[in-house]
Amino acid sequence: MGQIILKQVTKRFGDVSVIPPLDLTIEDGEFTVFVGPSGCGKSTLLRLIAGLEDVTSGEIRIDGKECSTIPPAKRGLAMVFQSYALYPHMTVRKNIAFPLRMAGIDKAEQERRITQAAAVLNLTDYLDRRPGQLSGGQRQRVAIGRAIVREPAAFLFDEPLSNLDAALRVGMRLEISELHNRLKTTMIYVTHDQVEAMTMADKIVVLRAGHIEQVGTPLELYRTPRNLFVAGFIGSPKMNLISGPEAAKHGAHTIGIRPEHITISPSEGAWSGIVGVSEHLGSDTFFHVQKTGLAESITVRADGEVGFKHGDEIHMTPRADMIHRFDENGLRIE
Amino acid sequence: MATQASRSAARLMMAPAVILLLGWMLVPLTMTLWFSFTRYLPMRGDSIERGLQWVGFENYVRFINSSSFWPSVQATLMIVGGVLVITVILGVLLAILLDQPIWGQGVVRILVIAPFFVMPTVSALVWKNMMMDPVNGMFAHLWRAFGATPVSWLSDASVPSIILIVSWQWLPFATLILLTAIQSLDRDQLEAAEMDGAPVLSRFFHIVLPHLGRAITIVILIQTIFLLSIFAEIFVTTGGAFGTRTLTYLIFQRVVDSQNIGLGSAGGVYAIILANIVAIFLMRIVGKNLDR
Repeated sequence: MGQIILKQVTKRFGDVSVIPPLDLTIEDGEFTVFVGPSGCGKSTLLRLIAGLEDVTSGEIRIDGKECSTIPPAKRGLAMVFQSYALYPHMTVRKNIAFPLRMAGIDKAEQERRITQAAAVLNLTDYLDRRPGQLSGGQRQRVAIGRAIVREPAAFLFDEPLSNLDAALRVGMRLEISELHNRLKTTMIYVTHDQVEAMTMADKIVVLRAGHIEQVGTPLELYRTPRNLFVAGFIGSPKMNLISGPEAAKHGAHTIGIRPEHITISPSEGAWSGIVGVSEHLGSDTFFHVQKTGLAESITVRADGEVGFKHGDEIHMTPRADMIHRFDENGLRIE
Repeated sequence: MATQASRSAARLMMAPAVILLLGWMLVPLTMTLWFSFTRYLPMRGDSIERGLQWVGFENYVRFINSSSFWPSVQATLMIVGGVLVITVILGVLLAILLDQPIWGQGVVRILVIAPFFVMPTVSALVWKNMMMDPVNGMFAHLWRAFGATPVSWLSDASVPSIILIVSWQWLPFATLILLTAIQSLDRDQLEAAEMDGAPVLSRFFHIVLPHLGRAITIVILIQTIFLLSIFAEIFVTTGGAFGTRTLTYLIFQRVVDSQNIGLGSAGGVYAIILANIVAIFLMRIVGKNLDR
């Protein structure tokens, strides 16, 4: 139904290689998230799959069919753009109907699918408005509606939430996950926000400079990052990375310990330092500890009720079983 | 403009400009209206100092009953309409072409805009003598090269010739405005339409053309204002002969050739009325686009 296989796909813009040879398999029904810093090639990869860019070499197989030279409309994929890309002069109804009209589907069937999509996305009351009269979240839903009615083999989302405000983003995140659970269609979702990746994905693909750094479930990536880049990218706040003599004690070039795996105490612990800025979130507090002699700053997550003040001395103990060890090439040591 | 003081200061500072513009418009308008109700023949010794004879609506009746009046209105509308159709259609096509990434884009764009900088008199003379001359013109040579008899453009196809000349002048304007409009089109929309299965022509009619709606409206409105009063192109080519006498040209002939200021002024008032009728129609048809 919606299996996508990339085989030795490359993309060059002139002399610049954006995607070096890359292999990836996305199983049918999977919610896959491409995540990476900006400029890592994740959007390009999505556009290659969509057919909006031509591959320089390699194969893209959708449901076993080689698609790398087929025009976008024939690939059976639907895309939701970051800017929504709604047609401003058409009503919501016409926007959603547009792909159906282009496919030459008869009026009754069009109406049925629009009604159904509008019901799924809570857009029934807005069908006769224009995109300009809708809020950001509603526009995003119209864009998704336009994708749904085509009943595609897979949905492609290109940073769909980055134009929304924080509260709305959380809401839409849930809605898209819920939609995926209901439709069970393959979805590929591009984002630079690792929180979105962690919360939504069945499978995360971490990209850097066109290379796949690691592929796995959110928890796999969180628990066993394959290298320093993934270790630093996944998890919020970021993992503390310590190199030097302290790492050598563990037989590694660099060790990593997540803020939530450090226990703190006012009097005793393996490491000590001075509390710098504390971020109070209510449920949790993040202490940025300085002058530890280990790294510039170590972030520690504590219960919201723990009361250290700026300038207090603090002692920290990492949980021994949660220390990640990396060699001099940045690769994980098991 | 938040406080009472800044608001009144703003009014005070805008006043000179507003008064000047108002005077600039009202004085000639009032004088035209006044002259149109009088007998004013300078060659027969009429002058403002000696007082003009009030003749009521006589000038208006004479002007509209003249055998040249309705043909002139017709010529005006034909020329304006023809130029609008050509400049808008070609303007859209040229704008799309110029929007494509090509080598030497900057130079090409400047060349395309160039005709707009040529004075109407000059461009009409160039067209008349260099292109359309039945003996030495480029067209004549071209026709002869194919063994055809050269056309004497300005007498046998006078209205189309004038439309051609004026379109050539105004095409850059339309192209320029439409090009900037096309450049502001969100590329994602075109890509979304591509993903939605719209072929090139559908993308043009469903996405690009509606996006250009507002710019086309502006082109039509601005061009109409200027095209209703084209004069130099007619003066230096046909001199109003061969059915190219527009309302503007007729008024000119009444005032300057016949030295009848009263009659010409009445024609001027008719021209104002015609312009307003055209404006009302235009606003009805295309003005909706501006509300969006």
